[in-house]
Amino acid sequence: MNTTALELIQGAFPEVPCETSIDSVVLTVQPSELEKILSKLKNDPTLDFGLLLDITAIDYSDYPQKTDTRFYVVYTIRNWKDNLVVQVRTPVADPEVGVPTASHLWDSANWGERETYDQYGINFQGHPDLRRILNHWQFKGHPLRKDYVIDDRQICYESDSLEKEIKARLATKRIDDSTMEDLNTEIMFLNIGPAHNATHGAIRILSALDGETIVANVNEIGYLHRGFEKTAEDRTYNQIIPLTDRLNYCSSMMNNVAFAKAVESWMGIEITERAQFMRVVLSEFYRALDHLVCLAALLVDMGGLTNYWYLYNEKEAAYDFISRLCGARLTSSFTRIGGMYRDFYEGWEVDMENHLKGIEKGVADSLGLVAKNRIVHDRTQNVCCLSPETALSYGVTGPSLRASGVPFDLRKDSPYYNYDAFDFSIPVGSNGDIYDRIMVRFEEIFQSISIVRQAMKMIPKGPVNISDNQVTLPSKDKVYNNIEGLAGHFKLIFEGVKTPVGEWYDSFEAANGELGFHFVSDGSGKPYKCKVRPPCFYTMSGFHEMVEGEMIADAIINLSSINIIGGELDR
Amino acid sequence: MALGLEAKLGDTVLTTQLDAVVNWGRQNSLWPMVFGTACCAIEFMSAAASHHDISRWGAEVVRFSPRQADLMLVCGTISYKQAPILKRIYEQMPEPKWVVAMGACASSGGVYDNYCTVQGIDKVIPVDVYISGCPPRPEAVLDALMKIQDQIKGESVLEDRHKDFKGILD
Repeated sequence: MNTTALELIQGAFPEVPCETSIDSVVLTVQPSELEKILSKLKNDPTLDFGLLLDITAIDYSDYPQKTDTRFYVVYTIRNWKDNLVVQVRTPVADPEVGVPTASHLWDSANWGERETYDQYGINFQGHPDLRRILNHWQFKGHPLRKDYVIDDRQICYESDSLEKEIKARLATKRIDDSTMEDLNTEIMFLNIGPAHNATHGAIRILSALDGETIVANVNEIGYLHRGFEKTAEDRTYNQIIPLTDRLNYCSSMMNNVAFAKAVESWMGIEITERAQFMRVVLSEFYRALDHLVCLAALLVDMGGLTNYWYLYNEKEAAYDFISRLCGARLTSSFTRIGGMYRDFYEGWEVDMENHLKGIEKGVADSLGLVAKNRIVHDRTQNVCCLSPETALSYGVTGPSLRASGVPFDLRKDSPYYNYDAFDFSIPVGSNGDIYDRIMVRFEEIFQSISIVRQAMKMIPKGPVNISDNQVTLPSKDKVYNNIEGLAGHFKLIFEGVKTPVGEWYDSFEAANGELGFHFVSDGSGKPYKCKVRPPCFYTMSGFHEMVEGEMIADAIINLSSINIIGGELDR
Repeated sequence: MALGLEAKLGDTVLTTQLDAVVNWGRQNSLWPMVFGTACCAIEFMSAAASHHDISRWGAEVVRFSPRQADLMLVCGTISYKQAPILKRIYEQMPEPKWVVAMGACASSGGVYDNYCTVQGIDKVIPVDVYISGCPPRPEAVLDALMKIQDQIKGESVLEDRHKDFKGILD
């Protein structure tokens, strides 16, 4: 794949230096060329990079290799049909001047660039609304810059009113102050969250209503910004795994797997067959659990409380299996670089099969209430539709994108861990409405159960960790009985697993969509930079497109249907 | 042998202390307001679901309006961006009110010792009971509930417990 992608990109841009990094092609361009190259990548039909995955910056001020400028901005872009990923890097000579915006090409660039501005202080010329997104508005400085001290805490005394933003959004609908003074138009502002039960976490939704219809909508996030990326720069790779649990806390294991996979793929580690199958079994089991929680909460919001018990009780039951496996209910921390924390326990197949049967029964019971329910149909069909073009432009991935009819799933399009050997299908929707998002999730639960059963039949015996003393810990027997083992253990714990110098992006199909990690390594045991590409963040950036023109009560169930998880949204 | 008023009225009337009867009512009908922000809120969901069943302590009437609640359960990390809202919602709850800090983040900031996380919600609002764990098990939530009930038992209805509290936002 690498060579063809490289040839394609190099052919399209003969004058630009190209190289490869794992599966992606990296282009380094000057800011003056940036706009031309990005727009060619997006608009040229032979290239067709329609999905802007992520934008971030890198601060090289402490990097051992000297670079021409302190900051670089990186755009990560995907052509989902041909499974190509391109990273476009551009040097930023002066962060105050910055680089031209890409927000007119992809809508996802809007929030991506805002985050880069917030965290690194880089200006994007021509950006429509460049302000902070994760940190509060009274914050001074840019925390991901290397000279920002991690515990420099800044108190926020007052929440942002968002008045300017909602008025600007109203202006795009041709409603200004004079229309609002008109007696026949009455615009009411309604704020929901960030501490409202319907927002399922800390998200703030501000709507301008005409009656019960949403005319304009703006959102504010960042209320659960916990500094994951800054904290990760001061942890060894294995120490970051417990932090990844707390990204999407409804499916912690998938974050563990995604993180470990990203580091291993750069180091060129091929984990053991058994570990690969374990990761498949557990990922798919957690995908089913994640969807259970999402659907349970969604149906509660619609007034179907019974569904909550049917669905959530199966999740609760699964905690017995998970606790026995890894010692915790919610925060699994089960993977390690080079394999797993440990093997399954004796007799796990029986427990797993019982849980799968339980989930099937719970889902069937819930579907019995939902599938032919007139109220559910009326409230969800053709409501809050998201067209495939809009979804791709906003960087929506996962079940929400598939509900809009785009059959993009990394497990099929860029298979890892033998996913191409499993027999499963990718459910897609036809309208991109709430109904499709619900039903895609229900069907994905059945598909995941099927994958788990297939993997349980195929899983080979053998070790779960590779035997490389630079990566995995020696056995306790060696640690206690010979000096080599003891020294190896000591070094790995203190210094961490060392990764080769370089930068890379690796992605994984998590329950909510493409979960990517963008690393910069300086060769030490700690990442120089660790940026998460959270699926929720970009899905949420398109929220207003779904709800404007709909009723306020629909916005609530729409929020549940895109399954926003604060931990990965705000990191 | 009853004396005084009780001797005259027989067993038609029960006399007690005001504190005892009011506290008896308060401790067995706590209405929680869940300030759920993160992972701990998922564990609260488990505490409320049928397996652990918080209604055994009379606290299943989960209110999402602070004005109807008297027990605030802070489940999850509080960032500096969130802190003014936490304080506002606490102030909207009528007296008497109690606060539980659920989990390491709400109690102390937890693993997030960094620029954006409040190092324990007691920097912002007064806290009655802390629950350890990351996240705590549902049983720990129930244990905290019993601790609050015990605490209420010994309180005086006339005393304003937090009049001297001063947080970073006051």
